[in-house]
Amino acid sequence: MLHETIIREKAQAIRASIVTMLAAAGSGHSAGPLGMADVFATLYFGEVLRHKAEEPEWEDRDKLVLSCGHICPVLYATLAEAGYFPKEELLTLRKLDSRLQGHPHNLALPGIETSSGPLSQGISQAIGMALANRLDERRSHVYAILSDGEHNEGQIWEGVMFAGNAGLSNLTVIIDRNNIQIDGPTEQIMPLEPLADKYRAFNWHVREVDGHNVRAIWDACMEARAITDGPTVIIAHTIPGKGVDFMEYDYRWHGKPPTAEQAAVALTQIMSEEV
Amino acid sequence: MEHKGFTDIRTVEKGRAREGFGLGVLDAARANKNVMALCADLTESIMLAKLREELPKQFVEVGVAEQNMMGIAAGLALSGKIPFVASYAVFNPGRNWDQLRVSVCYSNANVKVVGAHAGISVGPDGATHQALEDIAITRVLPNLLVIAPTDIHETRAAVAALVAHNGPCYIRFGRDVVPTLTKPDMPFEIGKAYALRHGSHCTVVANGPLVAEALLAAEELAGEGIELEVIASPSIKPLDSHTILASAKKTGCVVVAEEAQIIGGLGSAVAELIGEAAPMPVIRVGIHDSFGESGTPDELMDRYGLRSRHIIAAARKALSLNR
Ligand SMILES: Cc1ncc(C[n+]2csc(CCOP(=O)(O)OP(=O)(O)O)c2C)c(N)n1
Ligand SMILES: [Mg+2]
Repeated sequence: MLHETIIREKAQAIRASIVTMLAAAGSGHSAGPLGMADVFATLYFGEVLRHKAEEPEWEDRDKLVLSCGHICPVLYATLAEAGYFPKEELLTLRKLDSRLQGHPHNLALPGIETSSGPLSQGISQAIGMALANRLDERRSHVYAILSDGEHNEGQIWEGVMFAGNAGLSNLTVIIDRNNIQIDGPTEQIMPLEPLADKYRAFNWHVREVDGHNVRAIWDACMEARAITDGPTVIIAHTIPGKGVDFMEYDYRWHGKPPTAEQAAVALTQIMSEEV
Repeated sequence: MEHKGFTDIRTVEKGRAREGFGLGVLDAARANKNVMALCADLTESIMLAKLREELPKQFVEVGVAEQNMMGIAAGLALSGKIPFVASYAVFNPGRNWDQLRVSVCYSNANVKVVGAHAGISVGPDGATHQALEDIAITRVLPNLLVIAPTDIHETRAAVAALVAHNGPCYIRFGRDVVPTLTKPDMPFEIGKAYALRHGSHCTVVANGPLVAEALLAAEELAGEGIELEVIASPSIKPLDSHTILASAKKTGCVVVAEEAQIIGGLGSAVAELIGEAAPMPVIRVGIHDSFGESGTPDELMDRYGLRSRHIIAAARKALSLNR
């Protein structure tokens, strides 16, 4: 059963947290996290990811690896929303002694499966986890969240080649296809298209979805779980900075936080959106 | 006294070494069309935007692909170009060390590797982005020069010196502002260390942001009648063994301070030199075999032992061992 409204409400709360925590931190990444709020809300609140906030180390949990570690505000906000730690703690992001490191660290915070930040290391670790699940005959699924910019890295394609060959049907990659990277639009810096065909050529199942359509994201995830003969990639077409008009589509919001005034405007916009 | 220009360490202006890099590489590219800059999706923070705009033919955007970037640079260099490959030090030379080792160093390709945002002072991004090991992993590579300049002017001058040198080089600098201790237009001499303050009790060799901290330490200890000799050593490899040994023999003990792991850094280089040529106490100030964390640059410099007070404590220890 999919409760779309609940998920959309969660996505809204996650977006609000992202803006608030980034403004408090005074540094960090805005565009990617806001764009991925609907995907994260669907994964954690649509019963896609089997997990227990009160038992983060539960053996049979599904695992989520955030390969593009810089968008961790969306992961932190989601974990707090799910009860892994108190929401107030989001305000410590990037500060000394915080469990919310600038890039995710597995030893710092419950719910973080591995450390990331240097792009493209996540896919290989997700493959390792999926392989271990298969060897141990565990039914858990591994989700790897990748950005589009990190597909510039050779390691991504080494992983894609391996997983396709290994037929890892217990692995789902979700790509934040927001068309931006640091130096500009992805298709100007290092074009990725036709991205779906590239994955198909490596024997992956490919689904393309509107990354803000909760129903479509959920359907694609369910389909991926039902597939038994290889890995699936869900290319989630997202709007960087989603929900904040002065951030949307603008690559210059990749790596900066809103000021206090901008955050106030952003919060008004986010909270006034119909869910 | 070899004085590089500053007057009072407390009131001196501050600047960004990476700005000096941007200016230096632009000077060089304007003067020589074989000078090129390659960047991996970090053009603005490494101060290459002006070069990209003004000299587009001498700029290559490789996307987020540091290994490929290093290899392309080697190919360019083996074809007569003088490429600067730039990214954050954790990735360059962190991620592409094998390409640096073989494509660049073993082939002796004339590539200039630029490690930006080095050190713990990169701040809130946290441990993943704080390059503390880059000195150790570059020092061990044959044919490679390793340079960590003091400030904005010295970085700019060092870039010119690297262009004049035919062979692989690594230059690293941080993100944050640091006191400007050198004068503009002072030529940079590869393999040279220089005294910024003379003293007879203990030699302090430092580079990068730790040079300013060493000067503060020297001022404070002078009040107690302890005179530190402060030597800036931006050239880690080749090391100025002549200048460092001469000072050490005069004072009888040494402190080395740097914004990097004490294992394998400038401190190790000096300890190796002293141990083989004139054994005496050498105390290293730097990161003690740990990862960093998120925080402001100031908080982290304090917590990880990179302040003048840590140099003072090290000097006291060196002096006591020497007694
Ligand atoms: C190996 C590596 N190189 C460089 C970086 C610096 N960096 C952080 S994000 C990024 C690329 C941004 O593109 P994307 O991942 O699509 O980010 P978005 O703005 O869409 O969140 C880069 C180059 C890094 N984190 N890791
Ligand atoms: Mg992107």
